[in-house]
Parts: sequence; structure tokens; C-alpha cells
Amino acid sequence: MSQQPFRAVGRPIPRIDGLEKVTGRARYVTDLVIPGMAHAKVLRSPYAHSRVRKVDVTRARAHPGVLAALCGADLTWCEPYYGPAYRDRPVLAIDVARYEGEPVAAVAAVDEATADEALDLIEVDYDPLPPVMTLEEALSPGAPRVHTGKPQAGHFADLASLRPVPGTNVCHQFHFARGDSGRALASADLVLDETYRFPPVQHVALEAHAAVAVWSETDGLTVWASTQNPYSVRVELAKMFGVPLARIRVVVPHLGGGFGSKTYAKLEPLAAALARVAGRPVRLAASVAEAFQTVRRCCARVHVRVGFRRDGGLVAVECGADYDVGAYADIGPRVVQKATYTATGPYRVPDVTLDARAVYTNTTPGGAFRGFGVPQLAWALESLFDVAAERLGRDPVELRRQNFLAHGEEFAPGDTPIDGKLEESLGRAAETIGWTQTGAADRGRGVAAMLKASVAPSVSEAIVRLHTDGSVTVLASAVEMGQGTRTVLAQIAAEVLSVPMARVIVVQPDTAVTPYDQTTSSSRSTAMTGRAVQVAAEDVREQLLHVTAAELGVAVTDLALDDGSVVTPGRRLTYAEVLMLRFGMSGGEIIGRGVVAPGRTAAPLGGSTPFWEVAVGAAEVSVDEETGALRVERYVSVADVGRAINPLLLEGQDEGGVVQGLGHTLFEEMLYQDGHLLNGTLLAYRVPRADDAPPALECRFVENADGSGPFGAKGAGEGSLIPVSPAVANALARLTGVRLRDLPLTPERVWRALRARGRR
Amino acid sequence: MDGARSPETIHLVVNGRACDLEVAPHALLLDVLRDVLDLKGAKRSCDTQVCGACTVLIDGMAVSACTYLAVEADGRAVLTVEGLAEGETLHPLQRAFLDAGAVQCGFCTSGMLLTARAMLAETTAPSRQEVLHYLRGSLCRCTGYRKIVEAIMAVAETAR
Repeated sequence: MSQQPFRAVGRPIPRIDGLEKVTGRARYVTDLVIPGMAHAKVLRSPYAHSRVRKVDVTRARAHPGVLAALCGADLTWCEPYYGPAYRDRPVLAIDVARYEGEPVAAVAAVDEATADEALDLIEVDYDPLPPVMTLEEALSPGAPRVHTGKPQAGHFADLASLRPVPGTNVCHQFHFARGDSGRALASADLVLDETYRFPPVQHVALEAHAAVAVWSETDGLTVWASTQNPYSVRVELAKMFGVPLARIRVVVPHLGGGFGSKTYAKLEPLAAALARVAGRPVRLAASVAEAFQTVRRCCARVHVRVGFRRDGGLVAVECGADYDVGAYADIGPRVVQKATYTATGPYRVPDVTLDARAVYTNTTPGGAFRGFGVPQLAWALESLFDVAAERLGRDPVELRRQNFLAHGEEFAPGDTPIDGKLEESLGRAAETIGWTQTGAADRGRGVAAMLKASVAPSVSEAIVRLHTDGSVTVLASAVEMGQGTRTVLAQIAAEVLSVPMARVIVVQPDTAVTPYDQTTSSSRSTAMTGRAVQVAAEDVREQLLHVTAAELGVAVTDLALDDGSVVTPGRRLTYAEVLMLRFGMSGGEIIGRGVVAPGRTAAPLGGSTPFWEVAVGAAEVSVDEETGALRVERYVSVADVGRAINPLLLEGQDEGGVVQGLGHTLFEEMLYQDGHLLNGTLLAYRVPRADDAPPALECRFVENADGSGPFGAKGAGEGSLIPVSPAVANALARLTGVRLRDLPLTPERVWRALRARGRR
Repeated sequence: MDGARSPETIHLVVNGRACDLEVAPHALLLDVLRDVLDLKGAKRSCDTQVCGACTVLIDGMAVSACTYLAVEADGRAVLTVEGLAEGETLHPLQRAFLDAGAVQCGFCTSGMLLTARAMLAETTAPSRQEVLHYLRGSLCRCTGYRKIVEAIMAVAETAR
């Protein structure tokens, strides 16, 4: 590798799609207009749980302007069930509607108003059933069952790794043990045994889910979708409609935020079914209120027992986590399993017993949300670390430092060694917040750390094309949803091929054009897709060097790329000249290919994460003891990213992660009463505003170029969110002596706890 | 009801161009801008005047086009994000948003820019507190707001 300073990598380059976005010219799915396009609306169940005796769409179908009207019983011509873990979710309810807001019937019409009118003409005969709305209800003996049928494998197609508990609402259980935690706890000097709760929350991407679908005899099915993983959507659609993968094209325009809500198929199956029946392109755009009826974060109850020696050494962790995955499993079982496997966080723990259950309830399906199950567990463990520190008379920073896994130490036998320096992140965070300095009497400070695995095994492929004028096309399927991946991929290609950023184009994902990428989630795009782009660009570079070496009669090792030319001492050939030599005319192109596919391993989950995401957060809070209002005055996040390919975009992503984390920390919670969601709109569901963000917010990075991604990068983007809740609660505890174990930390909860503590 | 549905003719000046339109009395300004005039910069999101993604300026005042009747705009000047730049020259706010990294997914960006423009027309040198207060009707789920506030403050400083 060149020792010269980088030309693109590591620079705070403004995003390449910024101009389109500030001028309003960027087109999102809902902005697309396809000739002949019909508009769809969905009729949703008003009950948490009910038998659907009959759905009559006859009058809707006859309504002038209606092009298609469908209910579950109509879907005999396709496989009506989908889902990545289990194929348990019907496109439209079949016999049973399992949550309030479940799609029961749908209409496509010439315009939205006509579709809405037609919905009023649909008659549904519901027979309400007793629902289970909470983990406690769903797990109680003899509880009503959300699903009674035999589970079908989803597109991961490995039901063998999914372990439902027959006859219950538990759709998956996970168990992992190392050593003998019972014996270790029995001999520990301090054992803490506590239960923490994390609320159901919604992603609130400002762009709700949307899809436009069209069928054609020649091309098959094309769907423009607001999705984070077009290739997963393609698999679902292929199975449902019995169409070869090559005849399904999923195109992803600009995405108005994702945060996990747009992973796996959501509205695409229904849009495609309607388009098939209507014989027209169909646009289905959810409202924000409907997004609340589509997916949410899995809420959780986490019971943890930790044992420490008197000297502060962590000897054992036992964790029993129950996650509420709602009415359909979505990716919930994997959220539960993957997160629980890392429930011990970034710490060395000899003896471990981890158990988790994914539990069906009659609520909005729970799926992926930034952090993928880890925030729920870190909330418990990182709070307990501070409780332990207090009981042991130790400084919370020092107690963590003592127990951190070391750089290079295996997380678990056979699994990826730790590739970050936790003590460095913690040290930076503590120093920046002024941990050892005396703060104002009305302020409290707290810290928390996190560790998260990325998805494994996983695959990213990329193609890089060098044109005769030296410009470059990057084909890759990482979805730009705001995080800046298109800019980062362009920087990587520009770096390897030594061309200006302005000469690199990154094509938006299109499964007919851009190669396979597993998913844009799990903080993996820079490390995995970026690495594939780097390999593909290096392939182009090697071809350029070989053509030039043969022509000039020099060794490849004597050549280098420099600013759009292949150079050797005394000679300089532009890429145009090299391509002319290669093809003997002004035409042709050099195509490079990059594949990153770590594959299966012997690690406990069958794959080893390509990198560990580690981060530390430090919060400074104040509280109004009269009202219980908690305010985060200052927040510092330090993430170990290996290398920041684009520090400006990375900083923005982590700042957003912190403030999103403040949402579920301070006020966000989907509230249910009598089977109904009370606050499923932005009028009633409060997300952080500008004046909720900490007045001082600093996101910093540890860069030791020790990641497996391009130029030593690791993944980032989730790490900043995860420590927020425990860091804030720890700060509150250090300020007031009050320890809260249920999120969010609403003024009422804080006020009641302060009252219970009594005046000081 | 049928009578209420007969279209009305309204006269608007949108981004400096006069136009006469036939609109239904219940047509929302957002739909008219997006579907009739093909100005897709204003985004539909919350439908409840909370998020600000659909913000446009009516005679310089920031309004939520998702809850504003098109007929209410009759005789008024409408500014959308498409009219913010002067030809190819970006408005200072657009430039500042780009430079500060205040744009991520972009879905809130149009509304943020127009809200900020309305504020700066009212108060050329707002304090940070005033900016935060003004943005209470503009949600962003990506950025954590710091860079948006920084971008607006940078333009305000220049105007000082």
C-alpha cells in the first residue's frame, strides 16, 4: 500500500447526493410517476386479535375507477405468506387477523381518493378473540395463542436453527453457555440480580414504507421500493410469485431514512400482488401512522445476574431475555439470538449462561431497529456495571477498564478476536467529558460501553468499470438511506484508481444491474460493500498495470497509478491511452470485480462477525426535582471505527444515533391499552426535536486502521445509539441516587423515584 | 356535497411564476404542488402538521402544505425548495447545509431550508435558542440536528 497521503479517503468530503437533496430534485419512491400507475389503499383490522369470518370485496371491485380489490382468500394464485425467519405473515389476513392494523383487504384504483372510497365498500365479518398484548400475558400458562399452525421456514431456510416451543407463543429460544455460571455466582463476592425493561418504539423514518410495482411479459416483475435490502425483497417476491430471481427487478431510489424499518419485505408483496391483478403499475405508499402498524423495535424484559469478585473482576453473567416480537416474527428470532449471544458486552466473562426467547403477541410485528437487539441488553448490563461499581466502592470507568476484553482477544473460543481498543475509547470519552474533574453540583455524569457483532456469514459483491475517458462507474447494492454510503463507496474507488471524486459515479441499487449485496444494515456497508468496491477497483488497477507493463516492457512493480495515469519513472500514460493500447481503438472498458464472502465458521452462531462495533458514551445530565424532567446537557460518543473514510458523514451519523437513542431513553414508547395502540401518529408519539438534543454533543473516533474493511475501516453507525440509555441513567443515579430500570425515563418515572427516595 | 366538489380557479405565484389552476375546494396545497405542478421537493410525512417535511412559504410565512388548502393560497406567492436557488446559484442556506453535513436522507431537508429561510427573513441574527425554538416544527430523524443548527447559525453569522 502506498504511504502517500490519501487523496479521498479520510477526508470530510460533502456528500455526492447533497446537491440533489438541497434543491429538492432527489426522487424518492413516492415521487415516482409511472405511466398508467394506479394507487393502492389498505383496509386494516381494527382488532388486536380476531377471526376473520368473511371479507366481501364485491362492491369495492365494482366501484367506478377501481382496478383491483383483494382479500386474503383471493390470493390462491400465489404463495400468500412471507417472512425472513418464518413464512408466518400473510400479505392480507387469512382467517385470523393478529394485530390492530394488520392488512385485511386492499384496493388499487385510478387515484387515491377513489381507492379510499372503495375501502368503505368492503365488508368484513370479524369475530374478536382474546388478545395477548404483553410478554406476561403471552407467556402465562394457557395464554391465547397468536399462531397455532406449523411454522414454515423463511428465506434463511434453516428452520433447524429456529427453535419454537410447541404449544406456546415462544417462536424461538436461544441458549448459550460457557463454563459453570451457577458455581461462579455461588463463589462471587457480589451478586446482583435485577430486571430491566425496554419499550416498544418505532423507527419514524420520515419517509414511510412505499413501493411501486409493475409486471411485464418480457421483464417480469419490477418494484421500485424503499427498502434497505433489495436482494432480500427479491427472494421473497420470487418465492411468492414462483418467478425466477432474474425476472424480478428491485430498484431503490433515494431512501428517506431506514434505521432497520426497511429491512426485509414490507409493502412490496402487496404492491406486487395488486399490480398483477390490476394489470397496471401500482403505487402503495404507507402513511407514517401505517408505519406504526408495519414494524417496530422488539421490546424486552431482561433479567440479569452478574457476579463480581471483591477486586472488581467480573466472574459470571446469567441473562434471561424475553423479547416481544409482535404478531409476526419478521427478523425477530435473529435479533434475539444475535443480540443475546453478545449479552456480556465488551467484557471478559469466564462463566456465562445466556437464554432468550422471542415471543409472539398481538401487537405490531417487531423487527430490526438500529442496534438489532443489543440496546435492550446493554441497557441492563451497563446499568448493572454502575450498580456494581457503587457496591464495590469502585469508579465506574475503572471497573469497566478492568474487565474489558483486550485487543486481539477472542470474544468467545473460535470467534472473531476483538479488533478495537476499548480502553482507548473509554479513555477518550472520560477525558472529553471531564470525568476526573469536579463538575457542577447540579450535574451528574455517567458512562456506558457497548459491543455489537455484524451479520455473519454475509456476502457483498461489486463491479467497477473504467471508461475510456478515465471516468469510473461503481456498481454495488448498498442502499443510500442517509448514512452516506454512496459517497464513501465513491471515495474508495477514487482512492484506489487515483481519480477525482467528480469522475466517479455510484449507481443506485437495482437488482437487474448492481450485483448482490446481502443487506444495508448491521453497520456493514463500509466494511463489506466498501471492501468489495476496493477489491474491484484493485482488479481494475491490476489490469491497467499489466497492459502498461506489457506495452512498455517494464515490470508491473515499477508502475503506479497517479492522478488518472499509469506512471513509471520517465513515462506517464493516461488511462485513455492505456485503454487505447488495450483495445486498439477508442472504446471498450476495463471491468473489475470484487467479492467479499467470509462464509461459515465454527463460531457458536455459525459465522464470525467481520468486525466488532465498539463504542463508549458519556452523558452529563441535570434534573428538575420538582417535575422530574431529565435533561442531557452534554454527551460524548467515542466509536472505534478503525478508519473514518469520511469523518464528516460519520460524525453526522453518530450524532443522529445519539439523538435517536435519546428518544427511547427519555420519552419514546408505543403505548397500548385495551388492545389498541394509543399513540400511533406523530401527534401523540414524540420523537426528539432540535431542542431535545444535548446542547453539547461531541462524536469522536478512535482510528487505529485495525479493521478488516477498506483502509482498516470497521463498521459504524449503531454504536453511538446503544450506550445512550445506560449512560444517561447512570448519570441520573450518580446525581440523585435514584436507579431506574424501566425505559423511557419519563418525568413521571423520575419524579416518582425521587419522591420514593425522599428529599435530601 | 356535490356542490362542494366543483373545482375553483385559483391564482398562484409559485417560485416566481404566475399560474392559474383549477382545484377542488378540499384539495391540499401539498397535493397540488406535488401532483399538479410536479414540484416534488415538499414531502408528505406525518399528515398532521408535526414534522415539517412539507413546509413551504406562503407570502414568506412557513406553512405545512399537508394541512393547508390550496384555495387558501389563492392570490398568494408560494415558495418551494425548487425556487430557493437563483438559477444555478445556491441560496446561502443550501450551501451551508451542504458544507456543514446537515443533509442525510434528505427527506426533511426541503422543509428545514424553507423554515430557516422564513426565520432569517423575520430575524436576521437569531440566537441559538431562537433557532432551536423555530425548529420545533421540523423533525429530522437522521442528523441529531447539531449540523442543521450549525448550518443555520453560519448563515445567520454571515448576515450579521
